[in-house]
Amino acid sequence: MSAVSVKNINKKYDRIIALKDISFEANSGEIFGIIGPDGAGKTTLFRILTTLLLADSGKATVDGKDVVEQYKQIRQEIGYMPGKFSLYQDLSVEENLEFFATIFNTSIQENYYLIEDIYKQLEPFKKRKAGKLSGGMKQKLALCCALIHKPVVLFLDEPTTGVDPVSRKEFWEMLKKLKEQHISILVSTPYMDEASLCDRIAFIQDGNFLKIDTPSGIISQFGEKLWAVEADNMYKLLLDLRNNKHIKTCFTFGESHHITVDNTLTMEELKTYLSDKGHTGIQIRAIEPTIEDCFMQITEKKQNE
Amino acid sequence: MLKFLLEKEFKQLFRNPFLPKLILFMPVMMILIMPWAANQEIKNIKLSVVDNDHSSYSERLIQKVIASGYFILEDISGSNTEALKSIEAGKADIILEIAPEFEKDLVKTGMAEVMISANAVNGTKGGLGSAYLAAIMSDFAQDLTTEQGLNAGQGFSSASINIVPHNKYNIYLDYKVFMVPALVVMLLTMLTGFLPALNIVGEKEAGTIEQMNVTPVKRLTFILGKLIPYWIIGFVVLSICFILAALIYGIFPMGNLLTIYLYATVYILVVSGLGLVISNYSDTMQQAMFIMFFFMLILILLSGLFTPVSSMPDWAQWISKINPLSYFIQVMRSIYLKGSGIMELLPQLFTLCGFTLFFNTWAIFSYRKSN
Repeated sequence: MSAVSVKNINKKYDRIIALKDISFEANSGEIFGIIGPDGAGKTTLFRILTTLLLADSGKATVDGKDVVEQYKQIRQEIGYMPGKFSLYQDLSVEENLEFFATIFNTSIQENYYLIEDIYKQLEPFKKRKAGKLSGGMKQKLALCCALIHKPVVLFLDEPTTGVDPVSRKEFWEMLKKLKEQHISILVSTPYMDEASLCDRIAFIQDGNFLKIDTPSGIISQFGEKLWAVEADNMYKLLLDLRNNKHIKTCFTFGESHHITVDNTLTMEELKTYLSDKGHTGIQIRAIEPTIEDCFMQITEKKQNE
Repeated sequence: MLKFLLEKEFKQLFRNPFLPKLILFMPVMMILIMPWAANQEIKNIKLSVVDNDHSSYSERLIQKVIASGYFILEDISGSNTEALKSIEAGKADIILEIAPEFEKDLVKTGMAEVMISANAVNGTKGGLGSAYLAAIMSDFAQDLTTEQGLNAGQGFSSASINIVPHNKYNIYLDYKVFMVPALVVMLLTMLTGFLPALNIVGEKEAGTIEQMNVTPVKRLTFILGKLIPYWIIGFVVLSICFILAALIYGIFPMGNLLTIYLYATVYILVVSGLGLVISNYSDTMQQAMFIMFFFMLILILLSGLFTPVSSMPDWAQWISKINPLSYFIQVMRSIYLKGSGIMELLPQLFTLCGFTLFFNTWAIFSYRKSN
């Protein structure tokens, strides 16, 4: 059975369309990533699935239960970690955890094995008020509180936004461990590099799902020649690259420009083209596409439609 | 489940650096200061006298006015225009002008004229001042009649009715006995109305309400978890007020204290119900605060706390009929001053119960809607 199943969900806020006819299935026991920029509709989707918001139309089930009719059962079975830190800041780490355990009629001891790895890192601070924790620690505590009742499905809304790279890495390692405990995880993130850590991902933009596949599946469908180009004057390089008729797309990725080219252009030809334009320090190499390249390609296609 | 919610609420409450102090400090200040500030007895009215007669009778009249204790003789002016100037300068509140032939007229015809002019910028002061002055005047006339009658040797020249007022329940018309029970109501309204509302909106702002909403905690349990702590706080505050009123002003309720607690139980539910309704419609503390403040002002002013409801215009009296505050103030004053029991106050009990039902149903209904 699928952990989450969504069929033709629509949601409008006044005139703004937040979700347009969204449908997808997240399988039991997988990490399903929803990748998209801010304002794409990720949080709205999460709020509908966690029974906090009603969709205008469409059907959704979580662990086989309808989000409208069986919302009470769903609330027993899910863990939700909102994007904004929302635990009691004036209670200590320990008190927060205890509170959320008791309102789910369980105790910290009962499911301690689930949170053990994470909670160990928090233990030295267990008497500290939650409001006084660092960003990464807050996220870990929030994850503990969302896990303490052993949910079947875990919803994580941008859990790593505003967290340092080391904590982000640790956080994803924890998610992998949770997956081994057969907890299905739905996670949203604006970071493309985190997408490859999911089992399957969905690209979302302006309330539309652009593509749903495994990360490797998406990369294999890229189907274009991809080169990374660098030169001393990067801005002029971007303009010149975009003026070349053989280059289909050109985007800046950190220290280089990623371009897709048609089959007629060779690296040598491009190098001469750029030297003629007066560029120095030109480097061109063929690269494997990343998830971000795929996302840019897919959104570009969508815009051209 | 409720137990854990309450435990959490109290932990948060006592950890708050400000709230516990406020809860203790507010009733103390209110009871210590407000009865004096809200005093409506007018004393120390500044008087300017224009004596055009300069006779022994006019001198006697002036002495009598000053001896009453309500007036301070500010100056004696030569003419009315001069006296008006001192009113304009703010030195005097009221002018007493005695006509030139005051004594002569009085002896000859038994009639004489004085003029009272009051500065009515402060309407209460002006009105009460001239009323006091008029009362002293008629008292003076009475004295003279008696004297003349005795001089003439006629025992009962004119039949006069002597009125001896007996102020039942508050013999000395002590303002504080009347105000303190009503101030307690105001205090209870502010604490138990504002605090639960702000608490819930605070959870909205912090986003914690979202986290609570995805748990199996039921709405009713959640709301009870918010109400009960403030219920208890309400009782604590009420008790502090009773003790202070007894210690400082020597005011004891004539009726049963338990009756007051019974009505308070219902009343707190009414006010916190109203607070909950407001919290459901506001997203920020600022919004909730302002809406609450707006209602509080209107409800307090139209409750009969400071001015009697019966002297308000009809429309205002109608509003006070749908004002829970005015019922509880009636109850408090009746129990404190008259010693009324539950049987006499049944209509108020039913009305308050009605309000409770109305506001809390609305609160639950509007909470669902926002979801």
